[in-house]
Amino acid sequence: MLQSSEAFVGNAAKGMADAGLQRALARAKPQFAKKRQAAVDKLPEFEALRDVAVGIKNHAIANLDYYLGVYADAVARSGGVVHWCSTAEDARAAVLQICKDAGAKTVTKGKSMVTEEIGLNDYLEANGIAPVETDLGEYILQLRNEPPSHIIGPAFHLNREQWEESFRAHHKELAPERVFHERRDILTEARGILREKFLSADVGITGANFLIAETGSSVIVTNEGNGDLTQTLPRVHVVVTSIEKVVPNVEDCLALLRVLARSATGQDMSVYTTFSTGGRRVGDLDGPEEYHVVLLDNGRSGMVGTEFQDMLRCIRCAACMNHCPVYGAVGGHAYGATYPGPMGSVLSPMLQGIEAAHHLPNASTFCGKCESVCPMKIPLPNLMRHWREREFERHLQPVSMRYGLGVWAWFAKRPMMYRLGTRAAAVGLGWLGRQRGFFSRLPLAGGWTAGRDFPAPEGDTFFAKYAAASRSARNDNSVRNK
Amino acid sequence: MSRDGIIGAIQRGLKRGPLPADQQAMLAARTALHHRHLIPARGQLDLAGRVALFALYVEREFGTVARLPNIEAVPEAITSYLANQNIAPSIVVSPHPDLEQIPFRDKPMLQVRYGVATAHDAVSLQQAFAGVAETGTLVLPSAPTRPVKNNLLPDTAIVVVQAKDILACYEDAFDRLRHEGAMPRNVMLVTGPSRSADIEQTLELGAHGPRRLHVLIIDGES
Repeated sequence: MLQSSEAFVGNAAKGMADAGLQRALARAKPQFAKKRQAAVDKLPEFEALRDVAVGIKNHAIANLDYYLGVYADAVARSGGVVHWCSTAEDARAAVLQICKDAGAKTVTKGKSMVTEEIGLNDYLEANGIAPVETDLGEYILQLRNEPPSHIIGPAFHLNREQWEESFRAHHKELAPERVFHERRDILTEARGILREKFLSADVGITGANFLIAETGSSVIVTNEGNGDLTQTLPRVHVVVTSIEKVVPNVEDCLALLRVLARSATGQDMSVYTTFSTGGRRVGDLDGPEEYHVVLLDNGRSGMVGTEFQDMLRCIRCAACMNHCPVYGAVGGHAYGATYPGPMGSVLSPMLQGIEAAHHLPNASTFCGKCESVCPMKIPLPNLMRHWREREFERHLQPVSMRYGLGVWAWFAKRPMMYRLGTRAAAVGLGWLGRQRGFFSRLPLAGGWTAGRDFPAPEGDTFFAKYAAASRSARNDNSVRNK
Repeated sequence: MSRDGIIGAIQRGLKRGPLPADQQAMLAARTALHHRHLIPARGQLDLAGRVALFALYVEREFGTVARLPNIEAVPEAITSYLANQNIAPSIVVSPHPDLEQIPFRDKPMLQVRYGVATAHDAVSLQQAFAGVAETGTLVLPSAPTRPVKNNLLPDTAIVVVQAKDILACYEDAFDRLRHEGAMPRNVMLVTGPSRSADIEQTLELGAHGPRRLHVLIIDGES
């Protein structure tokens, strides 16, 4: 579904007050980090592989026009059709036309963030076609009419009771008195229901993790096997993907696969990594008769040659959000964007416009953890800073913030005034708070004191102490040297 | 129109027009060279080492492994595996020439059908093109003799792999595939049975694909 990030500040507060979400975050966050670290520790070559992966993607993007051309020609040679789509609207229309030409009533879907980006499900439904999400996490979100909160664990924010409640509400054909003894029972019920959908669907839609220029192949990576059933059983397979996913050849793709699963789930390799090239061949006993690729730009070509070009290396592993303290506090829905967390805070202003998404590049402490775990070494904090600069240039912050920054800048450029001012503030506040040692309310600091007390300054400013320490060190040295 | 528009926008970003012919030729040569990037050392072993590492990783990923001296031992291995798992002795077998050599008539209790799996088949037998020691991965390219549904629909997937086909890395397998001809329509790299951790980040086996993956390694003569 299409989303907006304008309400980020309020949504973040809601997320932090949501006990169920906080329970899910407390459960999932340490696991993600621990599993990735374990996988990395087991592979001595991992750090060197990151550099290899960065080199491959940089090469592909520097020659993106060439490799996309080679890719499209290879798809055509293998009997597939590429639909070039500049905008989300073009891509939705292309998918609908393929479904109409196939006379489709129902389509099954493997997990695809690009279909979320273009709001495909709502559009297909509005046009009389029923999309069925088959990734377990995406399936329950479709039942609950919620967007994903994470790019690889879309429903990790839900607790077991919510799964059971939704299954009871929607699977009316099953006995209402049935009991879910364990998580496996939930999984088994979904497997049974979705098996029917797989077998009856007219069209299967998947995403792609990579596109291979030389062979015209699309590559998907799943653990459930839903993507494979989606693309194998129906008569028509549609790949919905975006232009930056292309790499030159199979060897390049294999090098990227070696860092993808380890960074994402901490697996050495996901269960199913599948290369698809065109439709059914002569003599084949199964497989789709038609193979289409809906190839989306949606602003990505505009990032080439700009300070945001590095973002096109992203392989959507989610390591950045798995390690982000802000994501870990507010959850994924607060971002109001298809792509949450640090990588989303760089992409969303491009997709939604900086006017709508200007809060997101600010939803970071710039601790740098995201960049340190990114397998593609994308300088995420730096890219968020570029968006903050654009936000400032466009006067998108409140007047009080711009005014405050202006005052601060005036002092920061005049060190004498800065020291005098901070010293006066420290002494003044110290004197005012000398009785209790803290303030529970302070003018201009309501944001701070709403949640916690502000300690009264004690002693001198940092600068004064630093100067005094330097003086005494000099004196000590001169004494010793005598 | 869209193609030219998107390619043109990329070229504007790159601040150049289409690549000159000599540079295109260089990129085409780079692609066709199939240069291997850094490959982890751990799979680069002799045959015995590769087979042992492959078996270790299949089991670590929740698969099971049996090592057999030759293809004649397959019917007994399958019947005893199914009996142990309490699964009815009925299998769908891919119409692969190697699998057609298996003397199933030795086990009249085992119902065998050659062909493509349907939703009603509980157990399949597939022939692997190769195994990869690096991660315990099976390489299953589609072909008239190797239907894709047999990898996916049954609850229990049994896969035969010849020990001599267990390679160090994925690159070795794709080299062999290229040697045989064009890229197959579908190439599945399978590492363990189907699973999901979507419910409370807790791993459960048997999401949409097989709940059980049993690998029969055929050691062969010598």
